[in-house]
Amino acid sequence: MVLSAAERAAVRALWTKLGTNVGVYATEALERTFLAFPTTKTYFPHLDLTPGSAQVKAHGQKVADALTRAVAHLDDLPTALWALSDLHVRQLRVDPVNFKLLGHCLLVTLARHYPGDFSPAMHASLEKFLSHVISALATSYG
Amino acid sequence: MEKQQHRLAFGTLVITSKLPDTMVHFTAEEKAAVVSLWAKVNVELVGGEVLGRLLVVYPWTQRFFDNFGNLSSESAIMGNPKVKAHGKKVLTSFGNAVKHMDDLKDTFAELSELHCDKMHVDPENFKLLGNMILIVLATHFSKEFTPQVQAAWQKLTTAVANALAHRYH
Repeated sequence: MVLSAAERAAVRALWTKLGTNVGVYATEALERTFLAFPTTKTYFPHLDLTPGSAQVKAHGQKVADALTRAVAHLDDLPTALWALSDLHVRQLRVDPVNFKLLGHCLLVTLARHYPGDFSPAMHASLEKFLSHVISALATSYG
Repeated sequence: MEKQQHRLAFGTLVITSKLPDTMVHFTAEEKAAVVSLWAKVNVELVGGEVLGRLLVVYPWTQRFFDNFGNLSSESAIMGNPKVKAHGKKVLTSFGNAVKHMDDLKDTFAELSELHCDKMHVDPENFKLLGNMILIVLATHFSKEFTPQVQAAWQKLTTAVANALAHRYH
């Protein structure tokens, strides 16, 4: 399931289009995840998770920055995301199933805001990209 | 609720209540969110898109559709008349779920057996299809598909997937 040149180009192009809004969409994706999959909230007892919360926005920006970094390093995701993987595995100890849930909600968010760009081919490219990110995040699970 | 009496090993009598077999409870708000959006759905159009996207995004799902003709590219799949027709059939069936949200297991009992015994479909695919429904709804109903609405629909697609898997053996 390697990303083809066309798929990489599609993901990069969409990310350029998202511009400075990546944080907004990542925050919305988080909000959707907490609502649709309440079990994910168990990892955030220290945050105010009410919709619109400044803490969720701050976390959304962190997620956005990580994803933007991933887009810039499509050729070497495991290395680029190694520190994040270590964090999620060793310190945060997140069950990897949750990464998929956030990934799905991010797709829903992007589909909602960019329906014209969200063709089946773009959808497939993004799905592949996210599954590679998730795979890289899970590297430290060994 | 019937009460049942059980005698445990040491002669202790335990009375338990037998709960009705409804695994998922939808609140009034969740039902309203589902029903009101469903009323706007063009089942033929959305059904075709949902199934098409499943076949494009998760290509291994094409295994169930060898007799559908040309599935060799995104445009072939999305334009394939058999995909569209079958997508419409699947989503029409989903409409039944919307009408019977309190009784999904019974509603889908026969279909569950069919998918297991005749079609040999891994129930994992029901979850994938459910997620495709959500994503297509998001593209068609940007304004309405708020996080709360998504959560209600997520609950429904999960419950339908479970109901469809319920009779597997």
